[in-house]
Amino acid sequence: MKPPVLIFGWGNPSRGDDALGPLLLERVEAMLGEHPEWGAVELLTDFQLQVEHALDLEGRDRVLFVDASARSDQAPFRAGCIAPEQDASFTTHALSPQGVMHVYRQVTAAEPPPCHLLAIAGQAFELGTPLSAAASAHLDAAVDWTRDWLAGRVPGACPPDRNGA
Amino acid sequence: MNHSFELETAANPEALRRIVIEPVSRVEGHGKVTILLDDDNKVHQVRLHIVEFRGFEKFIEGRPFWEVPVLVQRLCGICPVSHHLAASKAMDMIVGGAQLTPTAEKVRRLMHYGQMLQSHALHFFHLSSPDLLFGFDSDVAKRNIVGVAAANPDVAKKGVLLRKFGQEVIRVTSGKRVHGTGSVPGGVNKSLTPEERDYLLKDADQMVAWSRDAVKIIKTLHKANPGLYDSFGAVPSTMMSLVNPEGDLDFYHGALRARDKDGEVMFDQVSYQGYNTLLTEGVKPWSYMKFPYITQLGEENGWYKVGPLARVQNCDRIPTPQAEEERIEFVAYGGGKPQHGSLAFHWARMIEMLCAAETIKALLDDPDIMGTDIMTSGPRGYEGIGVIEAPRGTLFHHYRVNDDDVVTYANLIVSTTNNNTAMNVAVRDVAKNYLNGRELTEGLLNHIEVAIRCFDPCLSCATHALGKMPLEVSLVDAAGVEIDRMTRSETGEIKA
Repeated sequence: MKPPVLIFGWGNPSRGDDALGPLLLERVEAMLGEHPEWGAVELLTDFQLQVEHALDLEGRDRVLFVDASARSDQAPFRAGCIAPEQDASFTTHALSPQGVMHVYRQVTAAEPPPCHLLAIAGQAFELGTPLSAAASAHLDAAVDWTRDWLAGRVPGACPPDRNGA
Repeated sequence: MNHSFELETAANPEALRRIVIEPVSRVEGHGKVTILLDDDNKVHQVRLHIVEFRGFEKFIEGRPFWEVPVLVQRLCGICPVSHHLAASKAMDMIVGGAQLTPTAEKVRRLMHYGQMLQSHALHFFHLSSPDLLFGFDSDVAKRNIVGVAAANPDVAKKGVLLRKFGQEVIRVTSGKRVHGTGSVPGGVNKSLTPEERDYLLKDADQMVAWSRDAVKIIKTLHKANPGLYDSFGAVPSTMMSLVNPEGDLDFYHGALRARDKDGEVMFDQVSYQGYNTLLTEGVKPWSYMKFPYITQLGEENGWYKVGPLARVQNCDRIPTPQAEEERIEFVAYGGGKPQHGSLAFHWARMIEMLCAAETIKALLDDPDIMGTDIMTSGPRGYEGIGVIEAPRGTLFHHYRVNDDDVVTYANLIVSTTNNNTAMNVAVRDVAKNYLNGRELTEGLLNHIEVAIRCFDPCLSCATHALGKMPLEVSLVDAAGVEIDRMTRSETGEIKA
C-alpha cells in the first residue's frame, strides 16, 4: 500500500540552488516523526522529472511537486494547483510536472491525483557551488508552507481535473 | 578544403545574416546552432555549439578517490550510472581490483544494461519517435511525447514501462533511485537477494518482447522511406567503440576498435589505457566543447563517430540471439557497406536496447548475481583509466591519486564530445540539403534538430529549474541587429 501523500522534489544537489527540491525533502523528513497526524508521507527525489515518474502518482490522495525556480521575481516561492497539460517541455531533462500528470493520464487512462507545485526561487546553479543565502531564506519559507500543506491548512484544494484543461 | 570542414567557417561572415537556434530542443542540456545565410538564403556557415560542463574535472580534483564514483553521478542527471561505472573502473585500478569477482562484475553489468535500456527507451519512444512517426514538418504541438501518445497510445505506454523497468534495475543494483552507491572501487557493495532477482525477472521477458517490437517499428519506418533514411545527415566517417576479445559487442568492457568509412578495420583490440596517445582533444575558438580525433590521422581526417551506429557496425557479433538476428539484418540492409545516415542511429539504438533487455534477462538467470564474494583488492595504484560504452558512446575517465588518497588529476572525455565533429558535419549536411535557398520555416529548422537528436547528445547539465525558455530563434543582420525572432512556448506554440 502506497502512502497516500507524496512529495516529489527534484534537482541536482551539487548545482547550487538546484538543490532546493531535495533539501526541502530533507527538512520535511526530519519533521515527519513529530507529526503523526500527517499520516503516511512518501518522499521521492530525482535529478529531474521524466516520463516514468507518472507511475509514482498512482494510488496517491495528493501530491506535492517541489523544484527550484529560476524566476527570482517569484521569491521566496510560488505555490499552486496544477493540472495535466499537453507538454512540450522540449529539453528531455525538463519534463514539467504538468507533463508528468498528462503522461499519467495517457498511461493509466485515469485522472491523476490532485497535485500542487511548489517552485522555490533560486539564483545560482553552477556545479559545485553551495546554496545561496537568498535560496536558504526561500527554503525556510517554503518549509513553513509545506508544513501547512501537510497539515491540510493550505486553502484551495486541488481537485482532479476532469476536463483535461 | 577537406569535405569534413565544408561550411564550418564562412569566407565573409560579416556580410551574412545569422540565425541562432538556441537551445536545441529535446537534447540533454542546451545546445545552440548558428547558421550564416546570404540574402538568397544560401547557407555559408553552420556550427553546433554545446555549452558543456566546464570545470567538472576541477569539481573532482581534491576529493578522496573513494568518493568519486558517487560524486561523478552529479555531473549528469541523464546518465549518472555511466559516470558511476566509468569512475569505478578507473578507481578499481587504484585499489588493485581491476579483476573483479564474477558477482561484482555481473552486478555492475546488470546496472549498466539497465541504464542502456532505460536511456534508449526514453530516446526512441519519447524524444525521436515524434519526428519519425509524424514527420519532420508535422505540427510542432504534436511533435512530442503527448502527440505520440495520442496517436499511438500503446507505443507511449511501452516506452514508459520500459523506462521504468530500466530504472528499477538501476535501483535494485545501486541501492537507490539516484545517488546510488552500488559500485565501489574494487567491486560492489551489494548483490541481489532472491526476492530482488524474482522481482525483476517477472517482467524481463515482456521487456525483451517490447524491445523487439521497437526494432520492428524503426526498421519498418526505415525501409519504407529509404530515400530519406539512408541519406539524411549522412556523414561517412570512422567509427570507434569497445569490443570484447572475440570482437563481440560489449557495453561494459573491452578494447578499442575502429573501422573506416568503408568498414575496413583500422585498429583493433587497442587497450584504452593508451587513449591519451591514441586520441587528441582538438580545440576550436568558437566552441567550449573539444573535438577529439585519432592522433595518427590528424584533425581533418581523424574524427569519428561513437554510439549505437558505431557499435553495432564495429562488432563482429552481438552475444544475444535476437539482437544478433537484428544486427545481421541491419548489416545486410547496408549491402556490404556501413550505414552512415544519421537516422540509422535509431535502428541501431533499438537493436542495442534489445541486446540490453536480453542481457538483463540472462544476468538475472545467472546465480552469480546473488553471490556473496563482491570485493577484491591488490597492490595500491596511483593512476586509473576507466572506459565504458555509455548509451551515447565511449566514455573515458582518467584519474591520478596521491598518497593521501586525494585525486590530483582528472580528465573526462564524454560520449557527446567524441561525437562533436560528427554532429557538426551532419548538421552542415542537413543545412546544405534542406535549407539552402529556401524560406526558413519552423519545420525546416526542425530538420537541423532532428539531425542532432539522432546522436542523442547528452550535455549533462542536470540543471533544469522551472522558467527556462525551450526554444528561441533569432535572425540577426550583418550588423548584429535582430531583425526577426521566433519563439516556441512550452506548449509548443510558435510566436513570431
